[in-house]
Amino acid sequence: MSNIAKAFENKKAFIAFITCGDPDLETTIKVVKEAADNGADLIELGIPFSDPTAEGPTIQGANLRALTGGVTTDKIFDMVKELRKDVTIPMVFMTYANVVFSYGAEKFIKTCSEIGIDGLILPDLPYEEKEEFHPVCARYGVDLVSLIAPTSENRIAQIARDAEGFIYVVSSLGVTGTRSEIKTDLESIVKAIRASSKVPCAIGFGISKPEQAKKMADISDGAIVGSAIIKIIEKYGKDSPRYVGEYVKSMKEAIA
Amino acid sequence: MSNQNGRFGIHGGQYIPETLMNAVIELEEAYNHYKNDTEFNKELETLFNEYAGRPSRLYYAEKMTKDLGGAKIYLKREDLNHTGAHKINNVLGQALLAKKMGKTRLIAETGAGQHGVATATAAALMGMECVVFMGEEDTKRQALNVYKMKLLGAEVVPVTSGTATLKDAVSEAMREWTSRISDTHYCLGSVMGPHPFPTIVRDFQAVISKEIKEQILKKEGRLPDVVMACVGGGSNAIGTFYNFIEDEGVQLIGCEAAGRGVDTFETAATIATGKLGIFHGMKSYFCQDEYGQIAPVYSISAGLDYPGIGPEHAYLHDIGRAQYVPITDDEAVNAFEYLSRTEGIIPAIESSHALAHAMKIAPAMDKDKIIVITISGRGDKDCAAIARYRGEEINE
Repeated sequence: MSNIAKAFENKKAFIAFITCGDPDLETTIKVVKEAADNGADLIELGIPFSDPTAEGPTIQGANLRALTGGVTTDKIFDMVKELRKDVTIPMVFMTYANVVFSYGAEKFIKTCSEIGIDGLILPDLPYEEKEEFHPVCARYGVDLVSLIAPTSENRIAQIARDAEGFIYVVSSLGVTGTRSEIKTDLESIVKAIRASSKVPCAIGFGISKPEQAKKMADISDGAIVGSAIIKIIEKYGKDSPRYVGEYVKSMKEAIA
Repeated sequence: MSNQNGRFGIHGGQYIPETLMNAVIELEEAYNHYKNDTEFNKELETLFNEYAGRPSRLYYAEKMTKDLGGAKIYLKREDLNHTGAHKINNVLGQALLAKKMGKTRLIAETGAGQHGVATATAAALMGMECVVFMGEEDTKRQALNVYKMKLLGAEVVPVTSGTATLKDAVSEAMREWTSRISDTHYCLGSVMGPHPFPTIVRDFQAVISKEIKEQILKKEGRLPDVVMACVGGGSNAIGTFYNFIEDEGVQLIGCEAAGRGVDTFETAATIATGKLGIFHGMKSYFCQDEYGQIAPVYSISAGLDYPGIGPEHAYLHDIGRAQYVPITDDEAVNAFEYLSRTEGIIPAIESSHALAHAMKIAPAMDKDKIIVITISGRGDKDCAAIARYRGEEINE
């Protein structure tokens, strides 16, 4: 069984996204620990990319701050080793295809498996291009997480059938960022996914408030929150870990 | 030249968010249908000829030829097209296609502003809404084109993210497309991005080499020895090369923007300094650091200031069919001034990169050799910037 499945065992999962190195890696370690201690079931660690085309202004800002601070893929690998001394919940990397490709897929994914990264989310790697990394991921037991969007329609069954780890359901059109309202008919999408796959699915993009998280977790297996957490980190910087902890607690309580 | 999922050798592909996948699939299906549709092709040809002023002239640059003292030089005058550049070829094709697909809104990225102006023009002509994303840095370098786009009814969105240049304008246009797909077509301006864009844009630009071939055969009774063009993403270059790819005797040369030199960090020469990567929907060569972070690039030319190159160029480079050479700012500016003085033609600073290379190689070639250089655009837009480069302050 995939380690990621543990995040969904007999519960709704709260998934927290954190950009590594924003504002520095020491803070990231503390933020991840706070999130885990306060009920996060899975952590998405963002490896910053210079040109994150799927992100809205909030996460773009985090990427920029992290890169300006000198974060690199190797430094993030070291940070994960440090984190794994204490953090046992599943963790995945979220980054862009070029970060993996330029490092060397084999070397990158092998390292993931060695340091305890359970999966990989690459928003610019659709189903058609999965072969770029999937064979290597399969060899090292790292789940390559599939995304399904409001526009996926006739593609849902095909994507869901081959999905592993969990399925990332994109709640709305557009890029990441908080939204006041999510209008997509997500019930139908989740229903279509469940007809083709037993892999759990969690909804992300636009979720910031406890009531939104509850609504999303009610219709799926979990809620993913990124920009709202990044905003806390942006506001409090090195002092952000305890605020993130409080926030995660409130979100987890809402969906439990 | 492209196979399944738009691969050119190992390059190309569709590395884009799932949200956009059905949009590019729909585009591919529509394009495959209309490219063989007689009615569509007739409409496009009429637009090319009656509206854009095609065919563009193939001009024998006699003074330049004599002055350089070597190969015979012909200029393919894409600068004489309506809106002043080759960009209109692709835009008319895509706008017509978008209209047939029922889209009512065009979005586009632009660097120098030529593609933005062309898109705004086609949108005005076809009664479509238009939004152009332009790096804030470029809106300053090319203020006149910003005004033109607004005059044509388009909205211009200055992009402040990243390096605030062409690559960031592409990123922002992609983000906008993911947020609004049903009524919007992303009118990509170069032979880059996810499949099917590199193929569609190439096909619409291929009219350049189709005409060159007919014109040179008529004038000289034979094919040229060298055809050359400047390369950023590479649309005028692929248009210039395409119908000569099978003609092994014709040498194909793409001229990249070296900025202050390929041994400096201030360069945009992708083939000379980049490595294989995945960005903006495609696998190709990109200027990047050891961790795959896309490098900030620099060129005096806003239109060539891009860290990547179209996948078909990457492939032509791999197989050795085309050669890519770096040209510095200094060399391009000299060529800009040279053609203005010698032939009374003010070329775009982008096209001046191709001219600069011709000035290097023509003198050593035999007089019976023929070089065709595509002048991709006119240089009016660059006059203020070149004046500044030479230390002269003028008001636009």
